[in-house]
Amino acid sequence: MEDKLIIAGHKFNSRFILGSGKYSLELIKAAIESAEAEIITLALRRANTKTEYNILDFIPKNVTLLPNTSGARTAEEAVRIARLSRELGCGDFIKIEVIKDSKYLLPDNYETIKATEILAKEGFIVMPYMYPDLNAARDLTNAGAASVMPLAAPIGSNLGLITKHFIKIIIDEINLPVIVDAGIGTPAQACEIMQDGAAAVMINTAVATAKDIAKMAEAFKLAVKAGRTAYLAGLGRVLNFRAQASSPLIDFLDN
Amino acid sequence: MFYENMEEIKSDMLEQVSEKIKNYDYNIYTENDVQKTLNKDFLDETDLKILLSPAAEKFLNEMAYKAQYETRKHFGTNISLFTPLYISNYCENYCTYCGYNCKNNIHRGKLSIEEIQKEFEAISKTGLEDILILTGESRTASNVEYIGEAVKLAKKYFSSISIEIYPLNTDEYKYLNGCGADFVCVYQETYNKERYKQLHLSGHKSVFEYRFYAQERAALAGMRGVSLGVLFGLYDFRKDAFAAATHACLLQQKYPDIKIGFSVPRLRPFINEHKEQNNNYVNEKQLFQALCAYRLFMPFADITISTRERAVFRDNVIGVCATKISAGVKTSVGGHKDPAKGDEQFEISDSRSVSEITNLIRSKNLTPVFTNHIRL
Repeated sequence: MEDKLIIAGHKFNSRFILGSGKYSLELIKAAIESAEAEIITLALRRANTKTEYNILDFIPKNVTLLPNTSGARTAEEAVRIARLSRELGCGDFIKIEVIKDSKYLLPDNYETIKATEILAKEGFIVMPYMYPDLNAARDLTNAGAASVMPLAAPIGSNLGLITKHFIKIIIDEINLPVIVDAGIGTPAQACEIMQDGAAAVMINTAVATAKDIAKMAEAFKLAVKAGRTAYLAGLGRVLNFRAQASSPLIDFLDN
Repeated sequence: MFYENMEEIKSDMLEQVSEKIKNYDYNIYTENDVQKTLNKDFLDETDLKILLSPAAEKFLNEMAYKAQYETRKHFGTNISLFTPLYISNYCENYCTYCGYNCKNNIHRGKLSIEEIQKEFEAISKTGLEDILILTGESRTASNVEYIGEAVKLAKKYFSSISIEIYPLNTDEYKYLNGCGADFVCVYQETYNKERYKQLHLSGHKSVFEYRFYAQERAALAGMRGVSLGVLFGLYDFRKDAFAAATHACLLQQKYPDIKIGFSVPRLRPFINEHKEQNNNYVNEKQLFQALCAYRLFMPFADITISTRERAVFRDNVIGVCATKISAGVKTSVGGHKDPAKGDEQFEISDSRSVSEITNLIRSKNLTPVFTNHIRL
């Protein structure tokens, strides 16, 4: 059975989206290869450069660029960055990040919805980074998002799946690929949310801060595959803590 | 108290900072307190007091490791590069410790717009995209319009423009923001009002309150980020570092969308300096302690390391606590293209070029970042 990640009609074999913002450009290529990643995010504010070390030169051509709008504080600014991204030849994919909070870097769902609506109408493939709120996810769907990217924990925190139950609600209720972005600290956590039905995960800091970046990228690749396979296999019945009562409570029904 | 035309904004931040620093007694903390703080994930104001205390001096290595971990989490391996350009060194203030003060007999100069352009071109050729434009504090010699013209010109060459000039009113910051400047650096020098008065004898800078509220006016004007700091060596550095970090924290809470940055200049020799004994001298270990304390208290803040420090110190604090480093620095007026038109404000200890600093960053497995900002 073919199992592809499909975003706005584009098909991908890999469900591991790699961030590029926190480590040296020379290592990006190795990380992409070890991760077998097909999508890589990059902050447009770092690509817009005149120096010889342009991040765009370090990304293999067969990999899909997912530029993000980091640096935007409002919908309007996100829209401007997205348009600039297109002008610079970074394609139609755009990850919306609207952040008004320099401490926790939490996204502003309201502004994100506004930006999504405008950019989807302009033909962008909009992948909004969001706080996992079901109502916002519904609004993003209606606004034309191609996926939703709820956070597991604040960016860079490596805190893991602290919003897991709310992400699960979105996975259950929203008919778009749900890509878990930010906060995942270990391959085990990536595996866990994949087996719960996330369509993909996005990892940056956990790979960037590892001792061996390429090796950690590989570990995440394997974890994401394991989680996805478990999801497709259908999780078996897991006994919970409640003991089975020895005397049935429903014996009276046929008597 | 204020000079004519100095704007007063409605804010009680100064009272809040004053209240917080009033009873800071760093001698009450023990090694046990330091250990407890180092085991915490989220630090509060009391932890900051502890980390700046003499008791923490024994734990510099542990602080450094924790700081490096936080720096990695928030910035990865990225180290941003920038360079300052002094476009004028005329000054109307009499600050007893400063090489640019109005009573000092130094060579004064101001670049013409054409000369500024030459400097920008020369700097831009080195690959730098982040510039800090500085003037001495003279509204007459370097007025807001003159600075605005320099900023407009800088837009053609640089993706990020910061200004370190005399404090302005909100509408003036708005004007310079419209010209293309997104970041404002103002240093309070010391947060102790009495000491401030002794050091700043005349000129606009002698008004402590107006300077204190510069970052808030910049934030209100729409600037994207503000930097603050004290000049270590003017007063008790532990108290001043605590005050600056508290000020930064309150700014972040009130204006959560602006980027906060710290600079940590240390008093260094300058021309015509009175060679008197400085009881407030801050040694390298103490400076490093303050740097780590800033990082641990505000892990998301930018920390810039000055060329006043010797190369080996700078090399070892980047990636541990500092995230921003200047390169190819001249503290004279101009001097990147044509010979300098005015004397230096202070002596620099690290004169390495952009490519030397870039190579250094790479050699430490860190990533030199030339641009990380989009002007919107």
